[in-house]
Order: sequence, then structure tokens, then C-alpha cells
Amino acid sequence: MYETKYHRASSVSDAAAMLKNADDGKLLSGGQTLIPTMKQRLAAPSDLIDLRHIAEMSGITKQADGSIRIGAATTHAEVASNDDIKTALSGLADLAGMIGDPHVRHMGTIGGSIANNDPAADYPAALLALGATIETNKREFSASNFFTGMFETALDEDEIVTAVILPVAANTAYAKFPNPASRYAMAGVFVAKTSAGARVAVTGAGQDGVFRMPDMEKALDSNWAAEAVVGIAPAEDNMLSDMHGTAAYRANLVTVMAKRAVAASA
Amino acid sequence: MTTVSMTVNGKQISGEVEDRTLLSTFLRENQGLTGTHIGCDTSQCGACLVHMDGKAVKSCSMLAVQASGSAVTTIEGISQNGQLHIMQKAFKENHGLQCGFCTPGMIMSAIDMINRLGTDLDEKTIRHELEGNICRCTGYHNIVKAIKAAADEMAEVLEAAE
Ligand SMILES: Cc1cc2nc3c(=O)[nH]c(=O)nc-3n(C[C@H](O)[C@H](O)[C@H](O)COP(=O)(O)OP(=O)(O)OC[C@H]3O[C@@H](n4cnc5c(N)ncnc54)[C@H](O)[C@@H]3O)c2cc1C
Ligand code: FES
Ligand code: FES
Repeated sequence: MYETKYHRASSVSDAAAMLKNADDGKLLSGGQTLIPTMKQRLAAPSDLIDLRHIAEMSGITKQADGSIRIGAATTHAEVASNDDIKTALSGLADLAGMIGDPHVRHMGTIGGSIANNDPAADYPAALLALGATIETNKREFSASNFFTGMFETALDEDEIVTAVILPVAANTAYAKFPNPASRYAMAGVFVAKTSAGARVAVTGAGQDGVFRMPDMEKALDSNWAAEAVVGIAPAEDNMLSDMHGTAAYRANLVTVMAKRAVAASA
Repeated sequence: MTTVSMTVNGKQISGEVEDRTLLSTFLRENQGLTGTHIGCDTSQCGACLVHMDGKAVKSCSMLAVQASGSAVTTIEGISQNGQLHIMQKAFKENHGLQCGFCTPGMIMSAIDMINRLGTDLDEKTIRHELEGNICRCTGYHNIVKAIKAAADEMAEVLEAAE
């Protein structure tokens, strides 16, 4: 790992100031992506600004309108075990419990995961399906405007994700086919019956990261059942193709995972 | 150099480190606690597990400065008065290791599993929860058996205490 300078922020404004003063600084949340990347010398920030001790950035609250607010520095383990989330959005709790392994879940955070927007990360599927709002120290984004491509988001260089707000939905579920070695999704499908209708979002499979499946949504709107999505698959030329699986394999996997998610959502 | 202070195995310690020093390096090289192993460079094997403020974390994927102010427990800190921890004893009795390289991480993972889920563990749960620990020798069978045996014994100890 190249040299770096560590700073521990105590508030969001503190972190923003530290980032501004740094030459080539980076925010450090759970470190479960950034530290391994730095170890491989694929990143070399001059400064690291640790967000893990900012009280206002962690914790889960159920708001007056029923929506759930998750602080950006909240760990995957906390989301997986939170009672409000288990009741209102059980698919999201299940998803958080499928990320990596128990030790990764003790450190990794929702803010770090979505800021990174790995095309195989799990959270983006839930946020896009549920129509989440992403709150930063500058503004708010809808999930559909936030995730812009593989490892790309609409965030400015110096912008800090502070929270994610999720409206409640019925019948939420997530089905994931993990890569047996890395545990990341080869295809992960989140389904939800939202107030705006059925939503299906897919991670792990697409070349440009997370995407929705409008054809499946339409089919589920008229019949919320696993058989409704049979025969509906994404276009192969938009699928990832690598040593772990071909585009055709992944396109088929999306249909299979969607069926499993709908079946599990009852 | 930065001074880090933390509680390691119940003892307040401090040391001088570069900010880029990993917690695993600090424990092994600065503190001489070489029971914490390094088995990969991809954050996947779990040989480096320690407990930080009561939770299992990968010490190879964290800077020592990140742990400053925390309480860390390593494999060296779980026996008491020269007596092996119930989990260590179960690994020994059930032949839960061959080369032993993964064992410190397996044991820290197993204790964390019981801390989170309690002692009523079935084989399927144990196997699933070991997702973050890789063993190249045993085929996991006796590791799972050891954890089950330790969980059962810990349940008995808890019951007897009530
Ligand atoms: C073995 C292993 C298996 C894994 N398996 C999975 C998996 O199955 N599914 C999955 O989804 N993920 C997986 N992960 C990744 C894990 O979920 C990470 O926790 C997550 O991707 C990043 O979150 P973090 O808090 O650790 O962020 P960090 O590593 O601290 O940061 C990641 C990036 O986000 C930036 N950042 C962090 N916080 C903020 C913020 N609040 N605002 C703006 N930018 C920010 C950082 O600057 C950095 O660029 C795995 C990781 C490991 C090591
Ligand atoms: S050495 Fe830490 S996970 Fe392998
Ligand atoms: S006993 Fe050799 S790696 Fe597990």
C-alpha cells in the first residue's frame, strides 16, 4: 500500500472540510472495498477521511410516513438485523444478510456500497426497485438518477452520501446467484410491489450496472406469480460476459432469479 | 508516524505506526501476536479474524489507525488462566484442523457466530456462517463438528449457570 494520511471525522461538515483540504483525498467508510483496493495499489489516496465515527451518519429510523431512513455509515449487519426493516422491507434485510460474509457485513456500509456502485453489488438493485432517495451533503437524488453506469454515480468528487431513504413496499424479495468464490452477484434480482406498481431491478448481470426490467414489471402487474416472468429475459448484448459466465448464461440467470424472487415474496 | 492506542486482549497498549499499516501487521509485528494469520491478499480467507468491540472483522482489511480507541481480541486472548476456551478445546478434541493455518480465524469466527446466533446451531447454519473462512485441508467436516460440539457444551454451561 502506498503512503496515506488518516483523518477521523466527527461530523459531516468536518469530513467535507477534511476532504476539501486534502490533495487527493478519499472517504473511508467500512473500508471493505477501499482497503483491499489500496493493498493492491489500484488506489493511492493522499488522505483518508474516516466516516465510521460520525454519529449523525449511522443508524436506522422509521419515519412518520412509514419510510425507512438508513444513515450512510450503517453497516450491512445492522440493516440485516434491524426489526423495522425486517417488518417493512424484509427483502432488503435478506439482501443485506447475503452481502459477502459475516465479517464483511460487520464493517461494510450502505453508503460505501452505493458510492462505489460495483456492477455486482447488491444494494443498487434494492434501491432502484424501491425508488429510494439518496441524500448527500449537497442535495438529493432518486436512485434512477444516482446509478449512472459501471462503478459510476452522479456524485461529485467531493460529495458525501449521508443517508438512504426507502419508501415501504409490499412483497419485497431478493434472489441472488453468488459467484462461489467472490460472493458477489452473478445475477441478483430485487422485486417489490410498490405504490407505483411492480418493480424488478437486476444487478450483477448488466454491463452498465443495475437496470430495471419493464417487461417483467408489466407481467407482474397483471399477475404477481413466478410463472409470469417465464420467457422474459434481458437482451444478451447488454449482459456481462467474462470467465465466470457468458452473456447468454447471465441473461438466463436473470429470469431464473426473478422467478425465485417472486416465489419468495409471497 | 501516528500513535495508536487500543485495548488488546484486555491490556491497554499503544504503538507507533505509519497510517498505512494494517491492523494485522500491527498485531503481528508490533505486538508480536502472530496467532493472527494472513492467508490471502483478497480479503476472502478469514485467517486474519479478530474481534473488534465484540465483532469479528478481517484485520487484513483495516488500518491499525482505524482500530485506535477500540477493544481488540485476538486468538491469544480467548484462553483464560491457562485453560483453553471451550471452542479451542472442541477443535482439539474433534480433530478440527490439519495444518492449523486457518484455525485461529475459524475459532474467532465460530465464537462470533455463537455471540450473534446463540448456541442452538444446526449443521446447515454453521456451514453457511463459515462463508468467510477458507480451509485448504480439512474439507470442513470436522470444523463443523467441533463448532457444534462447542456450541452444545456452551449451552450446557449456560444452563448449569441458571
Ligand atoms: C470478501 C468480500 C466480499 C464481498 N461481497 C460482496 C457482495 O456479495 N455484495 C456486495 O454488494 N458487496 C460485497 N462486498 C463489498 C462490500 O459490500 C463493501 O462493504 C462495499 O462495497 C463498500 O462499502 P464500505 O463501507 O466498505 O466502503 P469503503 O470501502 O470504505 O469505500 C468504498 C468507496 O466508496 C467511497 N465512499 C464510502 N463512503 C462514502 C460516502 N458516505 N459518500 C461518498 N463516497 C463514499 C469511498 O471513497 C470509496 O471510493 C464484498 C467485499 C469483500 C471484501
Ligand atoms: S488474510 Fe484477511 S481475509 Fe485473508
Ligand atoms: S487446517 Fe490447514 S487450512 Fe485449515
